[in-house]
Amino acid sequence: MKRRTFAQIAAVALATGFTALPAVAQDTLKVGAVAPKTGPLAGGAAVSYWPNVKLWVETVNARGGLNVDGTQRMLEVIEYDDQTNPGETIKAVQRLVEQDEADIILPPYSTGLNLASAPIYHRYGIPMITSTATTDKADELSAQFPNVFISLGGAQPIALGAVEVLTQLRDRGDIGNKVAIVNVADAFGIELANVAKPAFVDAGFELVYESSYPLGSQDLSPVMKAAKSAAPDAFVAFSYPPDTFALTEQAQIEDLQVGAFYTAVATAFPSYAGRFGESIEGVLGIGGVNASDEAFQDYAARHEEVTGAKPDYWASAMVYSTFEVLEQSIEAVGLDNDAIIEHIKANAFDTTIGTLDFDENNNNPSFWTVGQWQDGVFKGVASTGREGAVDVVVKGPWQ
Amino acid sequence: MDIIITGFLLGGTYALIAMGLNLQYGMARIMNLANGEMLVAGGFAAFWFWTAAQVSPLLTVFVVAPVAFAANWLLYIVFLRPLVKRARSRGQLEVDAILTTFGLSFVSVGLMLAVFGGDYFSYSYLSFPVHILGDSYGANRVAAFVSAVVICGALWLWLDRSRAGLTIRAIAVAPDSARLVGIDVGKMAALAFALGGAVTATGGALISTFLTLDASTGVMFTLKALIIVIMGGVGDVRGTIIAALALGLLETFVATVIDPGLTLAAAYLLFVIILLVRPQGLFGRRSA
Repeated sequence: MKRRTFAQIAAVALATGFTALPAVAQDTLKVGAVAPKTGPLAGGAAVSYWPNVKLWVETVNARGGLNVDGTQRMLEVIEYDDQTNPGETIKAVQRLVEQDEADIILPPYSTGLNLASAPIYHRYGIPMITSTATTDKADELSAQFPNVFISLGGAQPIALGAVEVLTQLRDRGDIGNKVAIVNVADAFGIELANVAKPAFVDAGFELVYESSYPLGSQDLSPVMKAAKSAAPDAFVAFSYPPDTFALTEQAQIEDLQVGAFYTAVATAFPSYAGRFGESIEGVLGIGGVNASDEAFQDYAARHEEVTGAKPDYWASAMVYSTFEVLEQSIEAVGLDNDAIIEHIKANAFDTTIGTLDFDENNNNPSFWTVGQWQDGVFKGVASTGREGAVDVVVKGPWQ
Repeated sequence: MDIIITGFLLGGTYALIAMGLNLQYGMARIMNLANGEMLVAGGFAAFWFWTAAQVSPLLTVFVVAPVAFAANWLLYIVFLRPLVKRARSRGQLEVDAILTTFGLSFVSVGLMLAVFGGDYFSYSYLSFPVHILGDSYGANRVAAFVSAVVICGALWLWLDRSRAGLTIRAIAVAPDSARLVGIDVGKMAALAFALGGAVTATGGALISTFLTLDASTGVMFTLKALIIVIMGGVGDVRGTIIAALALGLLETFVATVIDPGLTLAAAYLLFVIILLVRPQGLFGRRSA
């Protein structure tokens, strides 16, 4: 008798226990994020990726969480460091899906890591709205992996944007037609230089100095001295962060007088302004933002408040906007990955960066290509269709 | 002419990067693969003092050097002395030291990440031109070169003329025999290791005035330092200085006269040639 009662009570307790468990687990949504915290790209991810993950999750949780099929669910982040190693990125994605059972998985950081992990995202059917991958092959990618979206644009438009801006300056009479081009000897630098050089020649420019330098060069003064002695009117460098800083410093030391000075990656970083202060006025680089747009200003203020650092003026806003696209899609159709992918394909979204509308190749055709530091803000001067571009100004002497 | 001056300035930078490793590997017999991280840590300290309180890196080194000395002393006592005690041969010690310091480098990167974040850090200090013989050079590089001369010169004088320096050279050449003449090899090795760490951190503080670093860039410097130390010959300070200057001159020459894209290739070619012609390095001893 006693044993049966005990068993009955135990059965009831177990039953209540089992029904109680799913209700508790349903409250939070697990969000997986994998990106470099160590390795060569850690610096870039620390500026453009991780703060946006933190800002997005806090913003969503501050308004009660994501509304999924009628229930408000808070977000909980699981972070993995992929050490800038594509093998680790893939392993982390597998762990997020198989072991951590994450409900939402954000795309990784950088062109290389996104392209390397696209197959595994495709295998699991995860919607992959990349925001830091620069590639011209969006049509091939989306044909092979229909779950992948490209938002930051391609290398060709970026290189052609630089040519376009310099052509504008030349046609206005602000600069002559002699241009010096250098690039970092890495796939990124080589690809951009190979697109830009013939484009400059076609636009009527004269290439007075061309050179490439190894990634991680500790001394770029020979490059700058040689470029200066060729007496260019414009200087273009398809460079990575350490060389962007080094070339800018060398240009000031050599007092390179040009009407247009362009360095590629990291020109849009807050630390570039932090290091060079007032002398960045007029410097050109990849990216740009619609600085007069209230949505961006509000985003920048919240970014600084929540993460303690300013956003960069290229990828940051795009990273955040793609999170907003994901957020809006989940609130519209729920957590089913296929439904989310269909929803993204079929709709345009209102985000921090403006309207995001992916075309039939899952590509965002409107993105900023060239920005210029004007009065302490890196304003967009050229794009493939975004609003708010300002006129480019000729660069004065180094201050 | 500007090739020679630029080459010397670059050589000075390389000497700062490599001198610490020479002390640690040549004198204390520890192949310290976490050397680059100590360099970056010195750079972080200089960055921090400069951005927070506008303290010149040339002054910060007087804080960085003693702190790095103490930290490296502790590192040696805690992690590396047990390896020295139980190593039955020099080869085994090298392998053990490599594995341990390799692990320590990951720990260091993680610590720096936790404390400073993963962002690049760079600042402008003395980034105005100085004109030497008609050409302009960065004042920060010239300052680093002058400091390199002072540090390396002082080190060489100390090792060559003072009694403590003589003792350290003795344990580098023959640690077992050194014990026979009453030298406390353990304490001297710890001293050499700590001194090497202090020199590296100082070098890091100085080069951070013109290079951009982040928590993960240490490995690149370890590699460069390793090449210079092996090329110059392990255990002799003069070798490191000559190898660093040679590398700086060669890279600048190739970058200016041939093609900046070939600097890495030229550096490694020099390395290979020197090792083929003189396997123990420029100033190294033939015996193991």
